[in-house]
Amino acid sequence: MKQIILIALITLGFQTLKAQQYMDRAAYLGFFSETKMENIKADNNKGTLVYDATTGSLQMSALMKAFEFEKALMQEHFNENYVESDKFPKAVFKGKVENHTAVYLSKDGTYNTKVAGEMTMHGVTKKITVDAVFKVAGGKITCDSKFNVKPEDYNITIPSTVRDNIASAITVTVKANLEVFKK
Amino acid sequence: MTYNIQKYLAIGLASASLLLSIASQAQTDTTEVDLLALLGEEEEINYATATFKSTRVINGHSVENVAKGVLDFRISHRFGFINTGAYELFGLDGASIRLGWEYGVTDWLMVGVGRSSFNKAYDGFLKAKILRQSTGKRNMPISVSYFGSTVINSIRWTNPERENFFSSRVFYAHQLLIGRKFNNALSLQLSPTIIHRNLVKTRAEANTVLAIGASGRHKITQRLSLNAEYFYVLPDQLAAQYKNSLSVGVDIETGGHVFQLHLTNSTAMTEPGFVTESVGEWGNGDIHFGFNVSRVFTIVRKKEIVEP
Repeated sequence: MKQIILIALITLGFQTLKAQQYMDRAAYLGFFSETKMENIKADNNKGTLVYDATTGSLQMSALMKAFEFEKALMQEHFNENYVESDKFPKAVFKGKVENHTAVYLSKDGTYNTKVAGEMTMHGVTKKITVDAVFKVAGGKITCDSKFNVKPEDYNITIPSTVRDNIASAITVTVKANLEVFKK
Repeated sequence: MTYNIQKYLAIGLASASLLLSIASQAQTDTTEVDLLALLGEEEEINYATATFKSTRVINGHSVENVAKGVLDFRISHRFGFINTGAYELFGLDGASIRLGWEYGVTDWLMVGVGRSSFNKAYDGFLKAKILRQSTGKRNMPISVSYFGSTVINSIRWTNPERENFFSSRVFYAHQLLIGRKFNNALSLQLSPTIIHRNLVKTRAEANTVLAIGASGRHKITQRLSLNAEYFYVLPDQLAAQYKNSLSVGVDIETGGHVFQLHLTNSTAMTEPGFVTESVGEWGNGDIHFGFNVSRVFTIVRKKEIVEP
């Protein structure tokens, strides 16, 4: 009898555990373009990231206008001429952590994962797979990732006059601090 | 008996929760849940940016400022009248020039100084943003800026034998720049203008001149736009030889440069000059080919977000 009640409680407990969602409303996103001519860096600390530990589903969104550049004119050109922020205000990633069952966010450790999904930017959706690292230390959970993006893949054309100033593959960095989702 | 009820109750509970968990599993597996929607939409103020590509539409100022910490070095030329013919290479042999150094003190205030060959004039100005067009959390249909300028001409006195006053060299301009970016391609602007001249040639000419400017741009490609600008001087203020300023041109943007190429009937590049002293008549071919070249230098690098 007691065993049965225990099973019932465990399944119920499992049920609530399953709905565990984590989020960061102020995730960091940066990108870096390195060429012989110049290095261009842009930072955004207003990204949102949501991770569902049960399903492994991971989604991220960032306002293009929230990227800050060192040079104001670069920022203007980025929004106005390259990513066309008025038409396409956000970049969105929707994917799944492939080996999410091996990631225990309640247990200290470092978990290397692969996240596969679709990235939508400048009106173009592309399938991408990126490496991501979950780190759990003393109740603090971080999720970091670094991957490359080619502007051409997202229909972002770069005029020949500045082609040497912009890298063909741009490094994107994501750093998020995950907290248990609260409404 | 009680034992049995408890037993069935427990089994029922266990199987129900198991079923529930299977059901929820099935649900998450078949449909992609929009997790981002859970966070809700946080509304931001979305400011209209790049209403114009440059701080000038053609001769007149636009609602754009140079950004904080940025120095804009401008070289502007107006060649001679096209109707001077092949001998003058259609005006290219002669040029009216302005060199300008313009700086963004804050994101809403810019200041600048310049020197024009027209009347050997020095000018100093400031431009302050009052309203910024925005949507989202704050809805503002227009951008409004104030522009104020003082121009001091340093050309030798035409009558040095009589008593001349320094104040006679000084001109003032005040403008409200009211602009709206209608869409990615089209921006329009109205510029109510007051010009004050301390000294005018005849009693019939007004010291304080009222005018209104209308200007706009239409983008042809992401980096090329077509611009036009017209300043209408209210009647009975200027001598008969002075015409309203009309200019058409293109903006070409390449990285840190903006090239503005245009045709205009105005020789001067400061407000008192082109609003009240334009002599060219478009119909006669009194048209200058001209250009403004803007090169920006980032003096103070802005960096508010640091990578963690």
